[in-house]
Amino acid sequence: MNIHEYQAKNLLAQFNIPILSGEITETPTNAIDIAKKLGGDKWVIKSQVHAGGRGKAGGIKLAKTLDEVREHAQSIIGMKIVTAQTGAQGKLVRKVLIEKAVDISHEYYLGIVLNRSLGKITIIASSEGGMDIESVAHNTPEKIIQVTLSPSYEYSSFIGKKLSYGVGLKDEDQVKKFSAIIENLYKLYCAKDCSIAEINPLVLTKNNDFLALDAKLNFDDNALILHPDVATLLDPFEESSKELEANKSGLSYIELDGNIGCLVNGAGLAMATMDIIKLHNGSPANFLDVGGSATTEMVKKGCSIILSDSKVRAILINIFGGIMRCDVVAEGVVAALRELSPSIPVIVRLEGTNMSLGKKILNDSGLKIITANDLEDAAIKAVTAAK
Amino acid sequence: MAILVNRDTRLITLGYTGKQGTFHSLQSRDYGTNFVGGVTPGKGGKIHEGHPVFNTVHKAVLKTAANVAMIFVPPVTAADAILECIDSNIPLIICITEGIPIQHMIKVKEVLRTSKSKLIGPNCPGVITPGECKVGIMPGHIHMPGRVGVISRSGTLTYEAVSQLTKREIGQSTCVGIGGDPIHGLNFIDVLQLFENDPQTDSVIMIGEIGGSSEIEAAKWIKNNMTKPVVSFIAGASAPSGKRMGHAGAIISGGDDTAEAKFKILSDSGVKVVRSPAMLGKEMEAILREIPSFKQKENI
Repeated sequence: MNIHEYQAKNLLAQFNIPILSGEITETPTNAIDIAKKLGGDKWVIKSQVHAGGRGKAGGIKLAKTLDEVREHAQSIIGMKIVTAQTGAQGKLVRKVLIEKAVDISHEYYLGIVLNRSLGKITIIASSEGGMDIESVAHNTPEKIIQVTLSPSYEYSSFIGKKLSYGVGLKDEDQVKKFSAIIENLYKLYCAKDCSIAEINPLVLTKNNDFLALDAKLNFDDNALILHPDVATLLDPFEESSKELEANKSGLSYIELDGNIGCLVNGAGLAMATMDIIKLHNGSPANFLDVGGSATTEMVKKGCSIILSDSKVRAILINIFGGIMRCDVVAEGVVAALRELSPSIPVIVRLEGTNMSLGKKILNDSGLKIITANDLEDAAIKAVTAAK
Repeated sequence: MAILVNRDTRLITLGYTGKQGTFHSLQSRDYGTNFVGGVTPGKGGKIHEGHPVFNTVHKAVLKTAANVAMIFVPPVTAADAILECIDSNIPLIICITEGIPIQHMIKVKEVLRTSKSKLIGPNCPGVITPGECKVGIMPGHIHMPGRVGVISRSGTLTYEAVSQLTKREIGQSTCVGIGGDPIHGLNFIDVLQLFENDPQTDSVIMIGEIGGSSEIEAAKWIKNNMTKPVVSFIAGASAPSGKRMGHAGAIISGGDDTAEAKFKILSDSGVKVVRSPAMLGKEMEAILREIPSFKQKENI
């Protein structure tokens, strides 16, 4: 799960990581009040959407007067941020964060990630903050300093020293402050079951203090059940309403650009079904995994979510019955189609446990269902039907 | 014999008295697996569906000499269940549970490194040696005894591959689902190594996914160590980056974890790559036709 920058900063503050004072608002008038309250003579207006590259897209602006605060807030609230991550349709800005601007002497990077191949946690620091860390790693790998932690000793003070001196800090006071931030971010990462915790940039101010200027926290979805406080930070406006609705019913759904709706059991088979549609020059409208033990109700819910997508020109239902019996799936499909009576072709491929019984239920239903014999046959029929 | 599970397997199930635990334990037993009992704290001493229940894994192993444990306990307590099995020195632990927090698995992984136990999963369908032993949730009847090893990160896609083989009367030695989570027990290389050393396996189907680098590492290992032919498919070529495709592990985040990158390195490493999931059985058949002894062995 993703959260907004201002929510991430609140969590950083709870773990004693210094942040700028700031406040969130949805209106330009409030923006001026906030700026007055914060004091100073320069402020930063930051759009709050789940996307990187907000600055380049015009979603972060510096204001040198209170009038500029209002102007910038006015132009940013309600704008659509379009970045590589948001796709062409962009993301609507509903809130801005107003912060007092600071004089920066250097920008650093600090991040904590899961190291999948080692099954451990890796802390990364760099003297090249404020930019995309992947390109720093690609172009100047020597500027990436990392430590992989062993769960048996968890955090140890050498880690802070290795990273602080590694990014070129020399002043003892700075090393101490930088190390404290690393340790606190690691504590936050573990305590809240993060999957990514990133401060970019972590700035050194002209006053010799470190501040988290921007922050990104991602959480392990599997662990949200342990952290109700984190789960409440979910912003429904940032998620697709269809995806949220599917999740509530225990379905895993992701909307895509194509016109063939897919309903499949199992994540691997669902991806493979999308792949084979593409191979036959079709285009999937979604990823939808109904899970290994889906019920008639879940199949029905899946069908109705797919049909609520107006792009969809054909539906392909591909079920490999293991635990999930084909006759149960067939009953779900028949019930869903009776109730929803779609005007578009429905292709069904059933395989596995009670396959013939399932096919019989489909055939006897009197509904217009195109049955397919195998995966390839199903893909070809779906692509043809969607044309 | 094949690998991991066989006629000598003595299976216990953690979470046996739950609905899923009961159903799949009995299904495994009915397939021919030697199921010796279950573990559910607080229900020790009882008999459930004809099999003894124990409070702890320790007690179950003492009384039944179990050598394989299958785990069905809920996600938040599953890591503890794995640790309990490791503590009892169970040689093979197969964890079916889906949704275990990643940081729980980091601790489990650390303990596994210095233990005598092997872990399969979590979030996996289990392991089957057709005709001998089934430990997991896969439908037994689609399998057929034979000499092709199957390894996969996914469940139903594995059934798809197995069914393509069985329809061509190509049997399987052992089918292993290593699971869809980012941190898991045995990886592709561990299982490939077992197949390479198994006299009853002639060739291998390996099914990967987008996300992570385990297929890349496996490709390098195959190039240097594997003498048996490998056919491979990677699911997710059509998946957009940054979106998690159901499995916690199936998300494109860097550059090397795309299906394209994995297809390329596998192909460069001598693996027969198929772009269509419908071609796995057909491609394996073509390869086996070139092994002179294949038809003979199939008839043993």
